[in-house]
Amino acid sequence: MESSEVNMSRDSSELDESARGSSSPDLALERVLSLLKSHRDRSSVSLVCKDWYNAERWSRTHVFIGNCYSVSPEIVARRFPKIRSVTLKGKPRFSDFNLVPQNWGADIHPWLVVFAAKYPFLEELRLKRMTISDESLEFLAVSFPNFKALSLLSCDGFSTDGLAIIATHCKNLTELDIQENGIDDKGGSWLSCFPESFTSLEALNFANLTSDINFDALERLVGRCKSMRVLKVNRSISLEQLQRLLVNALQLAELGTGSFSQELTFRQYEELESTLSSSKNIHTLSGLWEAKGLHLPALYPVCTHLTFLSLSYAPLQSGELAKLLAHCPQLRRLWVLDTVEDEGLEAVGSSCPLLEELRVFPADPFDEDIIHGVTEAGFVAVSYGCPRLHYVLYFCRQMTNAAVATIVQNCPDFTHFRLCIMDPGQPDYLTNEPMDEAFGAVVKTCTKLQRLSVSGLLTDLTFEYIGRYAKNLETLSVAFAGSSDWGMQCVLTGCPKLRKLEIRDCPFGNAALLSGLDKYESMRSLWMSACHVTMDGCRQLAREMPRLNVEVMKEDGSDDSEADKVYVYRSIAGPRRDAPPFVLTL
Amino acid sequence: MQGGVVIRVGSGGGSESGSMSTVSREDNMVVSSEDSSYPDESELELGLGLSLGGGFKIQQVSRGGQYARILTAKDFPSVVSADASSSPSPSSSSSSSSSSLSRANVTAGTKRSADSVAAANGSSQVVGWPPIRAYRMNSMVNQAKAVATEGFNSTMENHKNETSMVEKRTIGSYQNSGNAKLRKSLFVKVNMDGIPIGRKVDLNAHESYEKLAKTLEDMFLKNTTSVNPVGSRVREHEVARPSKLLDGSSDFVLTYEDKEGDWMLVGDVPWEMFVSSVKRLRIMRTSEATGLAPRLQERNQRQRSKPI
Repeated sequence: MESSEVNMSRDSSELDESARGSSSPDLALERVLSLLKSHRDRSSVSLVCKDWYNAERWSRTHVFIGNCYSVSPEIVARRFPKIRSVTLKGKPRFSDFNLVPQNWGADIHPWLVVFAAKYPFLEELRLKRMTISDESLEFLAVSFPNFKALSLLSCDGFSTDGLAIIATHCKNLTELDIQENGIDDKGGSWLSCFPESFTSLEALNFANLTSDINFDALERLVGRCKSMRVLKVNRSISLEQLQRLLVNALQLAELGTGSFSQELTFRQYEELESTLSSSKNIHTLSGLWEAKGLHLPALYPVCTHLTFLSLSYAPLQSGELAKLLAHCPQLRRLWVLDTVEDEGLEAVGSSCPLLEELRVFPADPFDEDIIHGVTEAGFVAVSYGCPRLHYVLYFCRQMTNAAVATIVQNCPDFTHFRLCIMDPGQPDYLTNEPMDEAFGAVVKTCTKLQRLSVSGLLTDLTFEYIGRYAKNLETLSVAFAGSSDWGMQCVLTGCPKLRKLEIRDCPFGNAALLSGLDKYESMRSLWMSACHVTMDGCRQLAREMPRLNVEVMKEDGSDDSEADKVYVYRSIAGPRRDAPPFVLTL
Repeated sequence: MQGGVVIRVGSGGGSESGSMSTVSREDNMVVSSEDSSYPDESELELGLGLSLGGGFKIQQVSRGGQYARILTAKDFPSVVSADASSSPSPSSSSSSSSSSLSRANVTAGTKRSADSVAAANGSSQVVGWPPIRAYRMNSMVNQAKAVATEGFNSTMENHKNETSMVEKRTIGSYQNSGNAKLRKSLFVKVNMDGIPIGRKVDLNAHESYEKLAKTLEDMFLKNTTSVNPVGSRVREHEVARPSKLLDGSSDFVLTYEDKEGDWMLVGDVPWEMFVSSVKRLRIMRTSEATGLAPRLQERNQRQRSKPI
């Protein structure tokens, strides 16, 4: 769920912490406001007047910080005294694709130190793209006796030793969610560190760890944690073991299987099928590594209730997928590999009329001699069958303007449209024209569009369209596109709700960068890499907008004047004090 | 077929300035002599010269002056790129398997490289492109290996179907025993200068440059006595040379045309990357090959100044 930034800019100078009213109206207001969960609502509330500002800050228990460098932990602690749950995001998103060097920053530790002092009752920490060390995990485990939920997504810097410490010390842990991290997997013994007396775990996700874990320990753990509703195991868990876990956890709502390819005896298969039939609460299914068509029918009983199915690690073929989906009429979200091809996507269109989200990942992104994968036809087929589709991530090797026009005509409610034509700068393969009209159609038709990723051969016209029509756009990702500064200018002057703009390998230079002077303070961040921006342009930006942090990273061997990677973001914490040598703050 | 086979890398030592042809031969001599003293003769030593960086396509990783060796299939999947300069991949639980896939990700992407990629038709070897999380890429590699080593767990048909999907060329090359028949074939044409009739070779039946070179030698040298094409301009002494077709001292070098239509010297990039970008092969006379290098340099200079 998207949350707005905490609007911090008014706080520290105006605030008198002790000015908390003790009269009833304020307490009543606090009580009422404590029911507000949405961050946007809370931000709005805090702007009404000073009383409401105070009431809001005293009643807030969860803070979301979309850019860890936009604010300091001290400022957060000063404004919000009663926080129990923190969500923090660190590195720029392109760090997921290795565009940000190691040791860039976003270290959680300084935050933990402040939290230990100010929020000893902290219960939840959710981090995305932050660096967290084993020492930090240890500090976390011992500093917060009430700690309940840890979620790490796309983080790095830690190892399974850190997980062992969490398992050992966090007596009240309800959630341990370790996803897609740069973790140093030293082995699976961490899981055995949960004490035998420990029963509070409700969500356990270690799907992305590779080492074997002690199955007996896991079996006992699952058996005694009667409130467990999320269990996502890793590939080391076999089908037979999965059955043994499930039989003691029929209350599970989300299941991530291990390897789905073990050779089973007929009896084992029957047992598995029977157990799955009894798992009537499962609505989310993932894992399914190496799933073979042979065993998929065991899942059919579960499929009836499924709303989210992730096959993004199961290279199924079209026929296998079709058979499976025939049993999934309730599906809302589906992630697949492009091994299912257009035919598989046709099955999606015909079997899953309620589908809202589709992600198609490439099984072999670097194979240029591809004769498989998905094309525009598959996407079009889904759009005909799934009119409620509003979130799509689609990796393909060919696309046409006409196809996209058809797609958005069938599905006008897109909020997230992320199309990746994998060859950079590839035109409409039928007409050889740029893909401008495709994205033009998207922004003209999909008025609710919040997030857009463009690809293919694109001229400035695409960005004219975006600037003119995409009035709700918040996040835009651009690569290998555009013809001149004008393109980026259109976006910066045209999209009123733009918050995140990330650009790579485009011909946008200083004029484009500087055209957004008035815009960047209302945005979370701007990323530009391998464009035509120079150091002088960046310095000018930094000079004119002192409340922005303008950071440049240079590549080896590049010209002195080139600003290879530029990261601009608003901050009330001032320039970073922990910037590594390769990050130049201007 | 005896002998250490060396695929000559004529671009060795080519730097931003200076003519390629004068520098290259000497550097190659250095490379060759080192290699020929290598005790294990079946080991293929390929040397990349210094400063291959921006002057060439992205495939040649800019090492900032560091001398890099391409390892043979025997050395895979040890990560060559573990010390990549400015944009290494995050430490991963499967770092040892990331190899060529994440290497493609990890190459220091300079603007020039990106330019040359963007300007050309089709290339997947750009840093961080396609935008897939490093974690996911590593898992796909892991999974392919696991599938390949499983053997025949279920019915032949199922397995064949799965692995033909999962074991794409770029991944499948990691495993070599017993699974070759499950990979799909990749036949490319091979022509040798002076021989009008070409051959075809299945790249997926080889796992390394060394094996490929051996096959090509078998094809084009052993059979020459029986090949007597009409109108052949082949002079006897060229093809009568025993075994060391692709040795540094031979009159021939092995080149290939890639997806972008450029002719490149074989051996610069990891085997998997080569396989995924090669369109056809040509065993070229050395005299023509040194002419190749300056053309490459010209093209890249053009591309550097070409606006996107």
